[in-house]
Order: sequence, then C-alpha cells, then structure tokens
Amino acid sequence: MHLHKYEKIWLTFGLGSLALFLVIIGFAAFWKGTHPMSHIETIDPQNVEAHDSFKPENLGLREVAEGKYTVNIVASAFNYDFGTDADGKPVKKIRVPKGSTVLFQITTKDVVHGFQVAGTNVNMMVEPGHVSRLETVMKNVGEFTVVCNEYCGIGHHQMFATVEVYE
Amino acid sequence: MATDNPKKRPVQQSGNPHTGINLKGTFISVMLLGVFILVTWFGLYALFLSR
Amino acid sequence: MMLKNVLFPKKDARLYMSFMHVTFASLLIGGLMGLLQTLSRSGEFQLPFGINYYTILTVHGVILGLVLTTFFIVGFQFALMGKTVGMSDKQRKWAWVAFWTMLVGTITAAITILVGQANVLYTFYAPLRAHAAFYIGLALVIVGSWIAVFVNFRQLYVWKKAHPGQKSPLLAFMVVINMAMWFIASLGVATSVLIQFIPWSLGYAATINVLLSRTLFWYFGHPLVYFWLLPAYMAWYAIIPKIIGGKLFSDSLARLSFILLLMFSIPVGFHHQLTEPGIDPTWKFIQVVLTFMVVIPTLMTAFSIFATFETTGRRKGHKGLFGWFKHLPWKDVRFLAPFIGMVAFIPGGAGGIVNASHQMNTLIHNTIWVTGHFHLTVATTVILTYFGIAYWLVPHLTGRRLTPRLNKLGIIQTIIWTVGMTIMSTSMHIQGLLGGPRRSNFSNYAGGAQVDTWISYQIAQAVGGTILFIGIILMIYIFIQLAFFAPRGVQEFPIAEEEVDAEPTPKILENWYLWIGITVALILFAYTIPVIDILKHSPPGSLPFDWPIGR
Repeated sequence: MHLHKYEKIWLTFGLGSLALFLVIIGFAAFWKGTHPMSHIETIDPQNVEAHDSFKPENLGLREVAEGKYTVNIVASAFNYDFGTDADGKPVKKIRVPKGSTVLFQITTKDVVHGFQVAGTNVNMMVEPGHVSRLETVMKNVGEFTVVCNEYCGIGHHQMFATVEVYE
Repeated sequence: MATDNPKKRPVQQSGNPHTGINLKGTFISVMLLGVFILVTWFGLYALFLSR
Repeated sequence: MMLKNVLFPKKDARLYMSFMHVTFASLLIGGLMGLLQTLSRSGEFQLPFGINYYTILTVHGVILGLVLTTFFIVGFQFALMGKTVGMSDKQRKWAWVAFWTMLVGTITAAITILVGQANVLYTFYAPLRAHAAFYIGLALVIVGSWIAVFVNFRQLYVWKKAHPGQKSPLLAFMVVINMAMWFIASLGVATSVLIQFIPWSLGYAATINVLLSRTLFWYFGHPLVYFWLLPAYMAWYAIIPKIIGGKLFSDSLARLSFILLLMFSIPVGFHHQLTEPGIDPTWKFIQVVLTFMVVIPTLMTAFSIFATFETTGRRKGHKGLFGWFKHLPWKDVRFLAPFIGMVAFIPGGAGGIVNASHQMNTLIHNTIWVTGHFHLTVATTVILTYFGIAYWLVPHLTGRRLTPRLNKLGIIQTIIWTVGMTIMSTSMHIQGLLGGPRRSNFSNYAGGAQVDTWISYQIAQAVGGTILFIGIILMIYIFIQLAFFAPRGVQEFPIAEEEVDAEPTPKILENWYLWIGITVALILFAYTIPVIDILKHSPPGSLPFDWPIGR
C-alpha cells in the first residue's frame, strides 16, 4: 500500500495533534487530579438518609473551614433538596464568596438526574445508587443557574436552583 | 487478483498513480483543516481552564 | 460495475424502494416533531391539544435517529449489494422478512410513544419505565436489521465462492464492514433490552441495574453514529468520484479506513459516560484514547476526498493551486448536497474531539452544544449525503430521471438546509457553552440574565428549525416527484472505477478473521474489567418509575 508524501505529512501532523491533546488532558487528569467526576461510592437509593451527608439536617451549604464549603443535595423528581432555611422554607439559592473551594455532593432518591451549575465546570450525572461528588474553586463572580440537565420526566425543566458567587 | 498480479507487477513502481500527481492544493486544504481543529480545541481548553 | 446503466429487475427495485418510502415518511414525521420542539422551546408558542413536549422529543429521536437512518441504510446497502454482487431469490425473500420485521417493530414502538406510554427518549433512561411494547418494538427493529446483516454477509459469501481469488467489490466490502460493526454493537443494546428492560417492564424482575443498562446502551450508542456515517463514507469514497468524472483515489486506503472504523468505533462508549459516577476514571481515559484513534480514518478520508477532487480537476486541465476546486460540478445536486455534508463534518468533527476530551467533557455534557454537534454530524453530514444519494438512487429504482428542474429544486433544498442548519446549530453550540441544557422544555428556571441569554438563542433555533422544516417539505416533494412523476428514463447508478494502473490491493485487507478478531479483542480489553467492576460494586437495584413520565 502506498501513501503519497503529503498524506504522510498530514497523518503525522494529525496523529501528533491527537497525541498532544491526550498528553495535555492525561497530564491534567493523572497528575493534577482533574479527572471527570468518578466516585465508585454506592448508596441505597431508597434510604439515602442513612448516609451522613444526606441526612435532612446536613443538606445544603456548610462552611467546613476558612474558604472551604460543602454543599449536600438530594435530587428527586422534580426537585433539588438543599435543606431548609431558618424559617423552615426550602433553600433555592446558595451564596459563596469568590475564590472559595466548594465540594458538591449529590445523590438521587428516584430516577437519573443531572446537576450542572451552568457556566462553571460543575457538571455531573446523578444516578440512583451512586454518590456524585465534585470539588471546584469558584473563580468567577455571578449568578449561576443550577439545572437538571439529564432527562428525568415531564417536569424535568422545572428542576433548578441558583448559586451566587460574590466578591 | 492472483491472476491480475503478474501483468500488473512490472508497472507498479513507475506507474503508481500517487507519486507523480500534484496534490499541493489537497495538502494546503487538509493542513487548514488541521489548524481549525487545533484552534477549536485549544480555544475550548482555555475556556475550560477559565471556569 | 458494467451494470451501472442497467436498471434493477422490478422485484429488486420494489424491495429497495420500500425502504426509501419508510425513510422519507420518517423524515416528514420526525422533522415535524423537530419543528414543534424548536417552536415550543422558543417560549413564544405552546403545543396544541395538551401534547407533551417530551412525547414529541421521544418521537423525534426515535423516528430520525433509529427509524429513518436504519431504513435508509439497510435499503441503500441492499441496493449496493444487488448492484455489485447480486441478490438471489432466497436472499430477496429474507430481505423482505427483514423489512417487515423492522416495520412492525417501528409501528409498535411509534404507537406506544404516541399514546404517551413511552416518554423516555430514545436513550431509555432506566429507571423511568415505558410500556413493554416500546422495548419490544425497538427489539424487533434491531432483530429485523440483523436479518439484513446476514443476508448481506451471505450475498458477499456467495459472490466470493463464484469468483475465487478475486477481491470483493469495494462497495460490497464496505457494506459488510458496516454490517459487521452494527451486529457486534447492537448485541449490547439487545442484551440490555432482552435481559434487563423487557422482564423489568413486564414486572418479572423487580429492579434494574441502572449503570449496567447505561453502559450497555452506550456500548451500542457510539457505533450507532458510525453506522449512520459509514454509508456516507461509502458515497464519498466510491460514488462521488464518479459523479465528478474521476476515478477512485485508492482502493486500498478506502478499505483500510473502513477497517480502522470497524476496530475503533465500538470500544469507546465511555466517552458518553464521562460524567457518570460509578466508572473508574482510568478506564474512562483508556476509552478516550481509543476514541481518539477513531479520528485517524477520518483524517485519511479527508485527504482522500480532497485528493480525488484535485486529481480529477488537474486531469481535466484545470490549473493553479485551487483551479480544480473552482471547477467542481457545483450545479449537480448529486455532488453539492454531499459536499455541504463534508464541509459540515469539519466543525462537527472538531467539536467531537472536544466532546471526547475526558475532563473537558464537563464543559458541554448534556448541554445543547451536544444537540448542535450531532445536528452537524448526523443531521447535515449524514443526511445531506443520504439526500445526495436519493437524488439518483430513487429515480434509478423507479425507472425515472432526475430532470434539470428537480436538480435545481435539489440545489435550492440544499441551500435552505445549509442556511437553516447554520442558524440552528450555531446558536445551539453557543447556548451550550453558556450552560443551556439539552432535552428540556421551555423554562425560565430561576430567571436572571443567564436564562434570558439562553432564551434568545432558543428563539434563533426556532428560526433555524422553521427554515429546516421548509427544506424538509421541499425534499418530500422532490422524493414524491422522483418516485412517481418524473419522466421515465435511465438514471445512472454511479460507481467509481479504479485507475487502470492502480496498485493491487493487499490481500490482507480482506482477512475478515483478522479484523473481526482484533475488533473483538479491543472490545474485551476496553470493557471486561470495568463491566466486572460495575457488577461487583452494584448498588441495590432500582424500582421502576412510571409517574415521572406521566403514565
């Protein structure tokens, strides 16, 4: 089989580019720990409260150290449970200062959901029986819409919240 | 194919259709395509890092 | 190949045309659903008669993603096999069995969706539970396609027996590659449907392993898109050169790229599951690497296409660096429509590399960027190439001609499609990068600037979607003309020939045991350990949920 000289150059260039991409994302993933969210931690979807993080009193935003936060959420069709505020009303908006490190932990009681803080790199599948977890630094100020981005039923588009990052 | 081979073999080197033809335009086209892929990828990687 | 100007016997043509009728009926129904989706999501219109958005979304996905594509591909491939290696009476009978099995399956699934019993989209979404008829219908479509697979295998086998020592015709080789890939891949979804979904939806199994069902689906889901793409590649490699008045660039390279596509299309499903919990990130990365390998045959294809154009143009005496480009047959819709498809594959392919880039996937996962991406790849690259094929295949089958008027309408159709898709797909890509979700009805969410921006892009999508629907109406009109009303005549079945002094094709390229062996080995490598992990670390199974989908 014969390759034209230009085709050899082209394929070398193409393969080189692909290899470069792989080296960059591989380095970031294996050495810097920026793998896409993967947590091989399981949970009983019918009894998520048995897990400490998903007890009703532990839901929502919590400052665990200076500039470090944890957000625990239980998803169900068609709602994100961020716990309740001082008046006993469901929390629909959380606020964190710019530059804080936030760990999002979420699971579902029923069907598959998505959890995306739109405009950030927080984007996870939420599947029954599994805990999804992602830690990120909130670099940019703004109001970010939390959307369920995986189809969960006919009320799918009514499932949302807000994350506000302030100066 | 086995039956074709004996008469084709002699012309294989000299008559190869890919060595003699001018493919400069093709080369420029595919390299532009390659540059497009690189620009797209690095642009979006930068967006990923900025978030 | 000498048969290209000889029409098929009537009984063959009737078979191939049956598939085309279902294809274009699907285009009309599925396209109408797409229009309704974009209008509904613009926030300016409401669906009439209380129709649910997710019902039309399911119809759109199933009818266009599974039905239109599979019927076109199976019909087109039967025609290619009939032309290059022939079809016996017995094979034809089985081909009809394939057709009717697929059609019964399609109608069963379609009715189930339309009565609101299967708002689960075409990716299933366990533990949402559709009515069992939905899964059974889809299983029948796949089983029907398997019958076609084995008829195609048999056709080439019989030809090889009758032509010992000869290499198989290129197009027949490509069809068999595509069908081998389809068969190996669809074993995954068939396993999931038969062992998991059907017993569970009927109540024989109490729970379902959600992650396993998703993994089996995506084992099938990515080769599925290559199953759509390969017939387009067949046309690009072996038909377009003839239409532009040239020869095959290289028989061997064409075969090699198809073999690479067979090997690397399947062990890559995890790149659809990059943001899922429960799969080891190292195995995700391994499949990302394999995904990047599948780019290579496409890089080869790109070179091959440009080279075909340039060689043909230079041979015709067109000078300069790009003289050959200027003189391509722009006014021939059989060329123009697939050409636009090739162009769309440039941003489509570049976007695909981004999607598969491991952690970068979080940038776009489940955003409407992905919808924009596959409306370039499938709904432009693939579909415009299919249209480009239909312009000559349909009249060839019906004994009619593509008249200059219909050719001109085809060119207008192509331009409408290009404009509509540019508007729709570009706005989807941008909205996706801004975080706008896919597979969602119109919603204001919590309001605010971010959501307002999304909605402005959704309005642009409705404009694009409307233009595309006009394109669909025009395409249906052209199809009906070519099928029933165009003047009688003989429309050429264009198959490119090799150069007289072409290099002989190495025999190893037809070593099926070798290539299928490597394919299976790669699949076992990429999937065995992670699937064992998934089974070993299974959480308690999921009970079925009916109410979230309105059952």
